Amino acid sequence: MTSAVSIRNVVKSYTRGKQNVEVLHALNLDVPEGEFLALMGPSGSGKTTLLNLIGGLDQPTSGEITVAGERVDQLSSSALSKWRARHVGFVFQFYNLMPMLTAEKNVELPLLLTSLSGAERKQRVAAALEIVGLSDRAKHKPSELSGGQQQRVAIARALVSDPTILVCDEPTGDLDRATAEEVLGLLQTLNRTQKKTIVMVTHDPKAADHASRTLHMDKGQLVSETVKS
Amino acid sequence: MKYFPLVWAGLWRKRTRTIFTLLSILVAFLLFGMLQGVNSAFSSAMENSNVNRMYVESRVSMIEPLPISYMQRILSVPGVTGTSFGVWFGGYHEEPRNFILSFPVDAETYFDLFPEYLLPKDQLAALKQTRNGAVIGVALARKFNWKIGDTVVVPTTIWTKKDGTQDWSFQVVGIYDHAEDTSKANSFFFNFEYFDEMRAFSLGTTSWFVVRVADPTKTAQVGEAIDALFLNSPDETRTQNEKEYAQAYFKQFGDINLIINGIVGAVFFTLLFLTGNTMMQSVRERIPELAVLKTLGFTNVGVVALVIAEAALLCLVSGGLGLGLAAALFPAIKDISTVTAMPLDVVGTGAIAALALAVVASLPPALNAGRLKIVDALARR
Ligand SMILES: Nc1ncnc2c1ncn2[C@@H]1O[C@H](COP(=O)(O)OP(=O)(O)OP(=O)(O)O)[C@@H](O)[C@H]1O
Ligand SMILES: [Mg+2]
Repeated sequence: MTSAVSIRNVVKSYTRGKQNVEVLHALNLDVPEGEFLALMGPSGSGKTTLLNLIGGLDQPTSGEITVAGERVDQLSSSALSKWRARHVGFVFQFYNLMPMLTAEKNVELPLLLTSLSGAERKQRVAAALEIVGLSDRAKHKPSELSGGQQQRVAIARALVSDPTILVCDEPTGDLDRATAEEVLGLLQTLNRTQKKTIVMVTHDPKAADHASRTLHMDKGQLVSETVKS
Repeated sequence: MKYFPLVWAGLWRKRTRTIFTLLSILVAFLLFGMLQGVNSAFSSAMENSNVNRMYVESRVSMIEPLPISYMQRILSVPGVTGTSFGVWFGGYHEEPRNFILSFPVDAETYFDLFPEYLLPKDQLAALKQTRNGAVIGVALARKFNWKIGDTVVVPTTIWTKKDGTQDWSFQVVGIYDHAEDTSKANSFFFNFEYFDEMRAFSLGTTSWFVVRVADPTKTAQVGEAIDALFLNSPDETRTQNEKEYAQAYFKQFGDINLIINGIVGAVFFTLLFLTGNTMMQSVRERIPELAVLKTLGFTNVGVVALVIAEAALLCLVSGGLGLGLAAALFPAIKDISTVTAMPLDVVGTGAIAALALAVVASLPPALNAGRLKIVDALARR
């Protein structure tokens, strides 16, 4: 099986003042295509840092990162932007929608960077909203939607350009149990029916239950692994 | 064009602030449109000046009278092919604020020197034959609804008649048009002889002579020759070509160009900081949102362009509204500006000014937005 994500000896350090802090230590990880991987671990263990590297939002200090067949650690900033637009969908804890734009305009944003026509964009947006079950809320602004609905709009935005991999940082961290279950169910369906590779950071063991594999991080290293029976 | 909703939405994130900025820019461009309109109206009046016409007036001042006997002596100067004269009459219609450009002129010669005034031959003949006859411009005739055959009363604050009154009565015998611009056919001409017979003082004098020269490149020499004729006489003269004359006329109101450019410059300088500040705040508030756009694949250059586009849209919309309002208000100041419509080149200059304002004001925050590091901005660090 080919790997959607392959990480070799990745080190990430930050300079804070004069101090050099190593956050990820020679980390190795493989995520096979079509996997739904959960990353767990205490606060400050480096989960978000790792996720940002996988999603091409940041570059490693050293090591190799291959995602969707591309050595992302070697891409320039503008090449990385274009690569993200084509291959990665992002879902954040606080939804991060544009407050002034309606749900459909938010979902359309990634498509503006493609050469699709207006009609094609409209059709894709409608399909994405359909998948997350929000067709009737297309004209609503984020402030007119519940937290769960906003997160579903964010998922639709992540899906709409048909990316290779979905990267989710605590997608249910701000939602109540029932709503969280809905969102997780949605991610699980996307993984199963559309074969999307998903890497999800979470603090919630119940959320991790939806994944096919769970990795635990501590102090910048992967420490243990739980595979769903 | 597909980015328009995004740019538009960014603009209206803080409605009150945007409206406030919009109004400031609008008012500045309203002022710009009016002042610049007046300015270019003045300069076009000067550019349209006839280059082979000159004016002779008293060296002392524009209104100091000169004896009409000078006419023959001016004609004798080599290079002069014609001359005529006229007097500032200062007439008005009913109230002094309805000022009329009115002149007693030498009917025999005057229209010869101004071929751009189109007056039918029979009407010119009627003027010469009718003692109190008057010839008026089409624009003036329309304004007061005067027709040939009408008897009109034109009072003046300057000229008292021998009978002690200042109400002068005329019979309209002709209506002239202007060869290029009907709105410039706005003067009121009548017979100098009638004027000179009736007035109580300054008999036998005129305000200025108009002179036609054969060769426009020789105006300087001809002017000097004319002035030399009257040197050391009680009424020394100053001869200028029509353009200098127009400039001197407008100089009476101060150096209009300098004043206008000064005001407009100061206003735009202030506007630069105001708009710059608005864009700065607007970008600062939206750092996480801009980071999300980058996450989705917008490049650094794309984000810079987005911020500049926002400022450009704001400046163009409010600048356009301001200039539109200026154009609408322009007819109201036509008595000062002497033209009825805002010149079109003001719109071009205005659009350039609006774009320059937008780019200069938004460049610093736009570059900041471009430099934004996604991971830091998302973590609100
Ligand atoms: N840009 C940065 N500059 C300096 N230090 C950073 C930066 N980004 C992350 N860190 C540090 O790296 C460590 C790991 O951070 P990270 O955000 O990856 O943790 P996390 O596992 O996602 O934690 P949480 O569960 O609280 O979100 C932390 O100690 C953090 O302070
Ligand atoms: Mg985190």
